Amino acid sequence: MDLSFGSEYDDFRAEVRGFLQNNKDKVPTSGNMRGQDALDYQKLLIDNGYAARTIPSEYGGFGAPPNIIQSRIIGEEFVSARMSQGMGGQGISMLTPTLLEVGTEEQKQQFIRPTIHGEINWCQGYSEPGAGSDLASLSTAAVLDGDEWVVNGQKIWTSGAHHADWIFCLVRTEPEAPKHQGISFLLFRMDTPGIEVRPLVDMTGVANFNETFFTDVRVPKDQIVGARGQGWQVANTILGHERDSLASPNQTLARLQAVTAMMKDESLNGERLIDIPVYRDRLMRLQGREMSLRFNEMRVLSSRLNEGQDASLARMITKLQGTELRHEVEGMAIDIMGEIGLSYEDNPYTRGEGGWQSQYMYYLGLIIGGGTNQIQKNIISERGLDMPREPKVEKKQ
Amino acid sequence: MQFGLSEEQTLLQDNVNRFLKDNVPLDRVRAYAEGGDDSDIWQGLAELGLAALLVPEDQGGIGLGALDAAIVAECLGYHVAPAPFLGTAVMAPTALSLSEGDHSELLGQIIAGEKRVGIAFGEAVGRRNDAGLSVEGGKISGKSIFAFDADADYYLVADHTHNLHLVDSADKGLQRKPLTTVDKSRRTVEILYDNAIAMPVSNDPAVYEGTLDVGRVVLAADTLGAAQNMIDQSVAYAKQREQFNRVIASFQAVKHMCAQMTADLEPCRSMVWMAGHALADLADEARVTACHTKAHLAEVGKSVSKTATEVHGGMGFTDLLGLHYWFKRIGANRQWLGAPELVREEAARLQGLAA
Repeated sequence: MDLSFGSEYDDFRAEVRGFLQNNKDKVPTSGNMRGQDALDYQKLLIDNGYAARTIPSEYGGFGAPPNIIQSRIIGEEFVSARMSQGMGGQGISMLTPTLLEVGTEEQKQQFIRPTIHGEINWCQGYSEPGAGSDLASLSTAAVLDGDEWVVNGQKIWTSGAHHADWIFCLVRTEPEAPKHQGISFLLFRMDTPGIEVRPLVDMTGVANFNETFFTDVRVPKDQIVGARGQGWQVANTILGHERDSLASPNQTLARLQAVTAMMKDESLNGERLIDIPVYRDRLMRLQGREMSLRFNEMRVLSSRLNEGQDASLARMITKLQGTELRHEVEGMAIDIMGEIGLSYEDNPYTRGEGGWQSQYMYYLGLIIGGGTNQIQKNIISERGLDMPREPKVEKKQ
Repeated sequence: MQFGLSEEQTLLQDNVNRFLKDNVPLDRVRAYAEGGDDSDIWQGLAELGLAALLVPEDQGGIGLGALDAAIVAECLGYHVAPAPFLGTAVMAPTALSLSEGDHSELLGQIIAGEKRVGIAFGEAVGRRNDAGLSVEGGKISGKSIFAFDADADYYLVADHTHNLHLVDSADKGLQRKPLTTVDKSRRTVEILYDNAIAMPVSNDPAVYEGTLDVGRVVLAADTLGAAQNMIDQSVAYAKQREQFNRVIASFQAVKHMCAQMTADLEPCRSMVWMAGHALADLADEARVTACHTKAHLAEVGKSVSKTATEVHGGMGFTDLLGLHYWFKRIGANRQWLGAPELVREEAARLQGLAA
């Protein structure tokens, strides 16, 4: 065991801290993702290597060689400074690495720079009403007509579709082929005629999701990533990425610390919450679980740094356990506050860091999203434990 | 940065597992449970060097650390092996080598596998019933309950002030009575002391704490191994047991039980490694991590042992399969040296969150 990153990284950490110290005032405050302050902040991060760090500079990134430890230090320091790590979104987290992997040179040149700088916003057209966990059964169709694909169908859970400029979309192009071989990966503008976006309000009251309808949407033939019929493989080149990033141990730790602080400040019948044994034991139980997941994440990190160390099972369980734990941390903060725990939106009684109810629900959303936790258990049992798939059941006519 | 076992540690793990696989199959455990002896097992393990593991090199030992002890304990738990490892090879050498006195003779006998040292920590961790000790003028009187193991030549006794003493089992003022517990892979005793000679080991709280912490981490590691074995058995059983014309491993109800056990236990492995490492190298975090590791492994062990038994259906409930040996071992590890609520309260105190 060697938990140090080595002294050569101390300088790097100091550099990151210095940057954070000097640029606190640059963090966008308008809340508008497309505002000039957000764009400026994003550019500042990229220019200093704290966003798009490993994206080649010819495509507008910082162009540093991949270094897992440096990336981790950046993440740790931004979280502990409570400063935004810049723009996220599926264009940056999903499409950009996909294009780097399988896109044409023209596609890389056209899309990556404006995407990472926040000038093109993307949404992801994967799930459909009839294709959720069984994504490969999707039925939105694209038919070639001359030099254009003609797209018809419906997507759902398209986060941010209402302010997206472009969509990357899985469509069925070969209806006769087996389901995993008949899908293509298309890119098209959201202002193309025939697209209708209907907001879908979620349980937290926010309309980030949408239903997106396509009626004879015409897409230039060359706006396809990878070969025709290879869309499933294209989408899967980076699907693992999404799951890893859903519940960061650093952020869960920060929230648990916020609960602890709240327990010292708040009281019940004049007694501090932390002094009430049943509450304290519940906190300690969650702290133990949090520790185990944080150490597990260190093992996963280590396996990426040290060839020959296998931590595939440890990695497979992170989405399942991370989202469940975070949901419970938020839920505990609610419980120990009694009726005050119900406070929402502008309620002045909201205590501590706040956001307990919305985060509690948001993480329930993440327990379902990104491959439901039941699907995660299928993956763990089938790929991790080599247990057989559920046999197919004949459909009743 | 490397969060994992070294090559030497993997080799240690392989060696211990090979020995246990060859020499301590379930039938051997059953023989012990029915009243047999474990001295051949301990002799074999001592020959592998396990009795010398934590003894410092300048006292003739191997001088390894808590993580190495945890690796061995994981193997012992995996095989539900009867052995006095916890007291003789872990807690006693830790206390004796941390203390200021010269214990080289006894340490030499421990290394050679000639002497076993049990532990009587119950009164220090939390006094119950009519157990209680008084030590005056080098003599000890009173009672310890659930001391481990039953066949020790000496006992390392912690009194309620956390002072440590060594008592000779052959002392005329000492009487042992076997205490049957649900876990028959290890035996515990009641000890009655009547003016027995109490050789002082240490009055330094740090020695008591260091000894207790390593004991707790090793018990957590034993649970890790036992729970891993229960998962392995469950997955294997589910792949061959057929119902409704298919192996039950193809039912999501069963797969999800196995996946949940794995998802719960895999972080425990990381936690045990970290706890072992912290005891040697991260003084600030060591104590809290040891407490949380003991408590968390107890909780996960409890749910894995229940779920694994359920995966086996009625067979899990029988003696035929012997799955219950692991169930009970995990249950005993949970209670020894502080059950979860008690240990979590200690974790809170260590962080200044409880009085």
